[in-house]
Amino acid sequence: MKLKVVFFARYREVLGLDGEAVEGEFVSIEQLRAHLMQRGGAWQVLAESNLMCARNEELCKLAEPLADGDEVAFFPPVTGG
Amino acid sequence: MAIRVQTAAFDPGAEVNALHAANLGVGAVVSFVGYVRDFNDGREVAGMFLEHYPGMTEKALAKIAVEAGERWPLLKLEVLHRIGALEPGEPIVFVGVASGHRQAAFDACEFVMDYLKTRAPFWKKEQTAVGSCWVEGRASDEAAAGRWAK
Repeated sequence: MKLKVVFFARYREVLGLDGEAVEGEFVSIEQLRAHLMQRGGAWQVLAESNLMCARNEELCKLAEPLADGDEVAFFPPVTGG
Repeated sequence: MAIRVQTAAFDPGAEVNALHAANLGVGAVVSFVGYVRDFNDGREVAGMFLEHYPGMTEKALAKIAVEAGERWPLLKLEVLHRIGALEPGEPIVFVGVASGHRQAAFDACEFVMDYLKTRAPFWKKEQTAVGSCWVEGRASDEAAAGRWAK
């Protein structure tokens, strides 16, 4: 499957990346996260316990299943308001 | 229901007035305005930048507003959130709720703010004397949102 993965706020800065296209087979966002963390270095930021994620612009849990063409976002806890 | 995400400043008083204009059924308007402070966690704050997730931001706010409308009998609801560069003293966020009676307006306004704080994709970065840093999420905000769980 082909996914668009995007990062925001501190994660975007730590990774030096707004987002990227990722290709592979991932059952869930958790699997995608594990795949990205295997890159080591700055990618360990995704290990943070309070990490939030969204699938196709909707908040979801790490267990959320994925489908081809999905947009997945990873970001730290939100701080608006 | 109106959702606005904008860089431009706004006038909270004008927003409040618009909530009961042309609707004589409105008996109560409750509003919340959040401002940029010049001090946070023991540091002076010279300014702030608000990042967001274009597309998701509007959807997340609309979802919160719809849920508020399902829980309380509301006549109008407006959520306005600014993005980009802000200075101390400037308003960041406005939530205004109009209803027939006050309790629904009070409750819905709190609900929207509690959910916005924990579910809408905004991130604050503060500029201080020691450089700029991202504001951390607060456990107390999570607890506040948890009050509304059904």
